[in-house]
Amino acid sequence: MEERLRRTMMFVPGNNAGMVRDAGIYGADSIMFDLEDAVSLAEKDAARILVYQALQTQDYGDSELVVRVNDIDSKYFKPDVFAMVKAGVDVIRLPKTESAAMIHQLVQVIEEAEKKFNRQPGSTHVMAAIESAKGVMNVLEIAQASDRMIGLALSAEDYTTDLKTHRYPDGAELEFARNMILNAARTAGIAAFDTVFTNMNDEEGFKREVEHIHELGFDGKSLINPRQIDMVNQIYQPSQVEIEDALDVQAAIEEAHRQGSGVISMNGQMVDRPVVLRAQRVIRLAQASGLLNEEGEFIEE
Amino acid sequence: MEIKQTALAGTLESSDIQVTISQGNHGIEIDLDSSVEKLYGKQIRKVIIETIQAYGIENAKVKAVDKGALDCVIKARVMTAVQRALGTSDEPNWEVL
Repeated sequence: MEERLRRTMMFVPGNNAGMVRDAGIYGADSIMFDLEDAVSLAEKDAARILVYQALQTQDYGDSELVVRVNDIDSKYFKPDVFAMVKAGVDVIRLPKTESAAMIHQLVQVIEEAEKKFNRQPGSTHVMAAIESAKGVMNVLEIAQASDRMIGLALSAEDYTTDLKTHRYPDGAELEFARNMILNAARTAGIAAFDTVFTNMNDEEGFKREVEHIHELGFDGKSLINPRQIDMVNQIYQPSQVEIEDALDVQAAIEEAHRQGSGVISMNGQMVDRPVVLRAQRVIRLAQASGLLNEEGEFIEE
Repeated sequence: MEIKQTALAGTLESSDIQVTISQGNHGIEIDLDSSVEKLYGKQIRKVIIETIQAYGIENAKVKAVDKGALDCVIKARVMTAVQRALGTSDEPNWEVL
């Protein structure tokens, strides 16, 4: 799978013309246009066409474009998928995913649409939202269900209801699901997104939650407000020391290449692959945070 | 193709346009209400007419209340209104979309 940063996935209600128009200006790594929960039953057709037209004409910069389609059992599902494949969206997000079979069913509809609209076969990626205990228990088979899979996302509102609990400030009720999703994602080599944090007045609580999921290893978080983007990026921003270490590792890699050696060594010690991978991720994060330029040099304040 | 049933799409929120389409007999007649009518009225009318004609509809009455919508929003709302009027919302006309 293509390695890209996915620190922030911003939710945009699919039938809101102003928000759909402006979604590209906040610098989210991924933008998720919502045709599902944010759209009333009477406006499903309107949101589908609005998002379709926006995807055709608006410039969303480098953001990865994701659309959450309606439930697989609803009458909206197939027209949603068809329209978004025709629009050339990057990723289709399936809500309430509980089995690999559901991903197979989604992929089948995508294949049909790619053929009908002459899109390159395999160009439409997919991701799964895990919203129930069943989804959590089957999360590994879901993560490995298709080559098109790019990620898994926890959706905590439905999940906690299914568990017969609700959300608490310490997040203890989500710990098992978070770890299951994260480990399944890593096993499959795809991304893991944490759930949304809906109380916009509790900035401290939001930061605490982002620090926690960052520590666990999540790629990023789903967001409902553009104000949250900078806060997430700050927490994901590597420290000066981490960046310097990463640059040292990079220099050691380049030195090894120059000498035609397959073994990378630094300060007389061999550098393992995990260290190399971590360094590469730190450099990508530092570049995205505006701390390093494309050449890997520090950008002066 | 004839419009037989009146249908509405869009909202009166900023950046949107509310479009009502109903049966007409004298081509595509547009009643446009927009604060940017002087600057963009011609362009808005053009987008509305072209979108409706793409469905093979020759006659229709259109009432449009514009709140600063981009062309892609105008097109989307007209399409939604036409499909609702034709009763084809759940099986969109993929050739037109």
